[in-house]
Amino acid sequence: MGAKNPTDYSSSFVRLQNPTEPRWLQAIRKAAMERFSELGFPTPRQEEWKYTKVDFARKMAFELAVSGPNGLNGDRLDQLTFGNLECPRIVFVNGHYCEKLSSLQELSSQIQVQSLAEVLRENPEWVEPYLARYASYQDHAFVALNTAFIQDGAFVHIPEGERIQEPIHLLFLSTAPGEATVNHPRNLIVLDEDSQATILESYVGIGHQPYFTNLVTEIVAGKNASLDHYKLHSESDEAFHIATLQIHQDRSSDVRSFDVTLGGRLTRNEVNGVLDGEGATCTLDGLYLVAGGQHVDNHTRLEHAKPHCDSREVYTGILDGKATGVFHGRIVVRPDAQKTDSKQTNNNLLLSDEAVINTKPQLEIYADDVKCTHGATVGQLDEDALFYLRSRGVGATTARSMLIYAFASQVTEGIRVKSVRSEVDDFLFSWLPQGHLIKEAV
Amino acid sequence: MLEIKNLHVKAEGKEILRGVNLSVKAGEVHSIMGPNGSGKSTLAQVLAGRESYEVTSGEVIFKGQDLLALAPEDRARQGVFLAFQYPVEIPGVSNTYFLRAALNAIRKSRGEEEISALDFLDLVKEKMALLKIDESLMSRPVNHGFSGGEKKRNEIFQMSVLEPYLAVLDETDSGLDIDALKIVAEGVNMLRNENRAFIVVTHYQRLLSYIVPDYVHVLCSGRIVRSGDSSLALELEEKGYSWLEEASSEAVVSGEAG
Repeated sequence: MGAKNPTDYSSSFVRLQNPTEPRWLQAIRKAAMERFSELGFPTPRQEEWKYTKVDFARKMAFELAVSGPNGLNGDRLDQLTFGNLECPRIVFVNGHYCEKLSSLQELSSQIQVQSLAEVLRENPEWVEPYLARYASYQDHAFVALNTAFIQDGAFVHIPEGERIQEPIHLLFLSTAPGEATVNHPRNLIVLDEDSQATILESYVGIGHQPYFTNLVTEIVAGKNASLDHYKLHSESDEAFHIATLQIHQDRSSDVRSFDVTLGGRLTRNEVNGVLDGEGATCTLDGLYLVAGGQHVDNHTRLEHAKPHCDSREVYTGILDGKATGVFHGRIVVRPDAQKTDSKQTNNNLLLSDEAVINTKPQLEIYADDVKCTHGATVGQLDEDALFYLRSRGVGATTARSMLIYAFASQVTEGIRVKSVRSEVDDFLFSWLPQGHLIKEAV
Repeated sequence: MLEIKNLHVKAEGKEILRGVNLSVKAGEVHSIMGPNGSGKSTLAQVLAGRESYEVTSGEVIFKGQDLLALAPEDRARQGVFLAFQYPVEIPGVSNTYFLRAALNAIRKSRGEEEISALDFLDLVKEKMALLKIDESLMSRPVNHGFSGGEKKRNEIFQMSVLEPYLAVLDETDSGLDIDALKIVAEGVNMLRNENRAFIVVTHYQRLLSYIVPDYVHVLCSGRIVRSGDSSLALELEEKGYSWLEEASSEAVVSGEAG
């Protein structure tokens, strides 16, 4: 990347102009691009970005990724963590829909799972009421950039009353070709009243070139809708991954978000939930497992806007080597949001002296009749427990791995999709020294 | 089987054991008694390989090997078992999975076949029935949420599955009601045979009515100040420890003077 100039997003934006696009979309793109130009990439002087430096975005040259499965086939995907979850799937390669690798035949015809690019070409009115209406690009350079460059991603629509048990898998594969590339996946998930679904969004990478995934997913949950959403990140060690998950919930809806970060060189996950109807419930859980020089930053923001909403949040991190982590969880309770019941926890296990975690739970409460608690822990492996296991004949390495696995299982137990749980477990078994022994023993 | 010679141990800079000598042969049961703070638990933990203690001098020979040179897991594989005074709770690790991993590690180190899941289950059920342990404990995390008595019984249960050559029981009787105490004692008595030795560390004589020791030693201020047969335990029950504590401090003074 040495001699190249940093990415010139403005000129790529100009090249992207398409006069046949709907007016409303052109207007959004333009506004977002203008906002991005004003904001620029964040710096550590901004509180929200204090511990996550995004110099890569400012300095490196990323080509806009082009499509092309590059002779990929399903077998190659099967070998990747989260590449093979047995359920209907829609696949994107370098941010572009890949029909060949997708398999949606088994889905009920009532359920829409489609390439956003296709919808924007053929039926843009389907997404117009939602797209870019929830994930605000006003204060966020990366969301603004993504919005300006919306090209493809998944559009999922579960119509009123449809309750689908089987998970739907949105799989994003980056092939990291010769050039450093950027792609801006954009997903929109809409659940109409009284519908139910389980959606797995996974990001996997092959190859060893740097690339940049700048992702935004919007979830709109209608009245009484119920969604289990998993975001599974196992990108390559050279990947920069910046993601925003924006959740909007109507009355009595229930959204459970589970975020798993296993890969990437630098990762920033933002999960923002707005409980905008009485009786809505939201669960945000997360697991991050990083080592070497990896950096992972989880920012969550839960906004209780209406009364009688419950939220639960548990983020759990395991950091080894020189890995660095950030957890910043904010709960905002609006004046109207009486009887809010909210609990947030962040637990971290540091496996080396050099690993670092910055954790900051935060409450902003403007109502007076609420129940909110938060807490964070940072610890090392329990020496007493290690000695106990070893005194029974379990080797030191295995004992350590056993305790790390146990720490992780306190959060992975909450993964309700069996195939996801077993993929996460398999990753743990390969990540942990002598993990195969743990696998046999569990 | 076990020879402890002139063992000196420090913890956090303070000398806890100040020259312990003890010889245990296969088939014997030795009881170590003594007041609180005399170093009983330290001795038990040092035998199991606790790393927070510093052995400043002396040696421990177990079955002809330098025990102190071995890692805790290697001691266990050679047949040393410590029933903890305070068994550790380990959330997230199931009892079954932990115990099977331990048993297989021990078997592997001895060149034996690993036990199959099915055979392990049979073994576990048999031992549980003997120790009147509720089977539901096996699927629960190690000691997690167990009552005090359940934890102690779980220690004896683990011992009965792992079948060590030398079992050290560190105040296994403390906090047990009489029924639980009898169960624990039965568990130990079932395992007594000519190839196995026990060191029973206790503060009270009570347990020794059920596990009758061959020898009783009194540890005071880091030294064994008196040894005898099981009648010594009864004498201690009657007279307490103070008469021996006085004797031991005199011994220390005269020792330093000499």
